[in-house]
Amino acid sequence: MGMDKDYEDIPGTFVFDADRGREGYHLNQFCISLRLQENRDTFNTNEESYLDAYPMTAEQRAAVLNREWNRLLELGGNIYYTSKLAANDGINFQDLAGIMTGMGREAYRDMMLHGGRSPEGNRYQSEWDKKEND
Amino acid sequence: MARITAGVGCSHVPAIGVAMDSGITEQPYWEPVFEGFEKSREWMKDQKADVIFLVYNDHCTVFDASCIPTFALGCAAEFAPADEGWGPRPVPVVKNHQKLASHIAQSLILDEFDITIMNEMEVDHGLTVPMSVMFGDKGPDDKWPVLVVPLCVNVVQYPAPTGNRCYNLGKAVRRAVESFDEDLNVVIFGTGGMSHQLQYKRAGLINKEWDTDFLNRLTTDPVSLSQMPHVEYLREAGSEGVEMVMWHVMRGALDDDVTEVHRHYHVPASNTAVGHIILENKTS
Ligand SMILES: [Fe+2]
Repeated sequence: MGMDKDYEDIPGTFVFDADRGREGYHLNQFCISLRLQENRDTFNTNEESYLDAYPMTAEQRAAVLNREWNRLLELGGNIYYTSKLAANDGINFQDLAGIMTGMGREAYRDMMLHGGRSPEGNRYQSEWDKKEND
Repeated sequence: MARITAGVGCSHVPAIGVAMDSGITEQPYWEPVFEGFEKSREWMKDQKADVIFLVYNDHCTVFDASCIPTFALGCAAEFAPADEGWGPRPVPVVKNHQKLASHIAQSLILDEFDITIMNEMEVDHGLTVPMSVMFGDKGPDDKWPVLVVPLCVNVVQYPAPTGNRCYNLGKAVRRAVESFDEDLNVVIFGTGGMSHQLQYKRAGLINKEWDTDFLNRLTTDPVSLSQMPHVEYLREAGSEGVEMVMWHVMRGALDDDVTEVHRHYHVPASNTAVGHIILENKTS
């Protein structure tokens, strides 16, 4: 019997559950290793050879090398982990959100200054599907 | 006898720590965030607290994915600020009341809360930012004016413990504290939130109405509030808003009847709605 995932219909959102944790394990372990300067130095010298120590999938590896921030989440990454890779690249949480939402740094920052993204129309996937079809 | 006299709910946005550490709290962006904590610092001083029982979460800093305890109690003598990828925060090392912590550990487990005991642990912004906003600027060579017993809760990998579980854990923490012989004034902090989503295409979600309702019910209707299912936090308050289950531990440790002595709410701090509340037991 499967578990009812009542949180899967929230649009633009990944809930980092046990299944995602399993899929993303090596990717996330790689990301957290970058919290230490020594490891960041080694990674920045040769990304490919550093990644060899983490048996992630070819897709995950490519997403790391190409800095595909949304793809990393789609492949089981969690934001608190992927933000360590972003920090290594000098990207903070807010600028990372600017990239992931496709809004860009300035427009995202401006949205936050004006009270953030409203929950109206952003609660259910069906609301986003409707917007796309309009 | 030790006793819990008051509770503090407080966001722990990392950018608030960065703003304090880089001395930019008076800039127009940050000024309204910190203004709301001025009264809190006065209040905190007046409490003459001996110990803070501080409920927070680690953000994939100290705990990697290899081991994910739902409730981890800090029992080490001290906890150093961790390097989160941009160097450790320049704030004092946090000192524990180690005897109280080990007493609480023992009491909780016999009370059927099977916590993990941490005899070595560093702490990230989840713990140090609430300390900074409530006690003000302190450098690495200063001392925090209180001892801290940290309780680290998993809210990163779904599911976090339920609000109900957290609320009842708060009650067990209170029983543990009240069965400790030393005369101690303990204040409990529940941290995290309020509404925010850091990830993917819906990042930036803020729900002021929901946050306000949460703060209202935390004071007056905590039992029903603790029954809220996870999916409502995720949908209404953003994927990272589920951190707010930790506030129920704080609320559960207080009397049913409390006085709200202070509240502060501001959008934004980086990606997040900053929420803060101070509740006092009427009996103390
Ligand atoms: Fe947090």
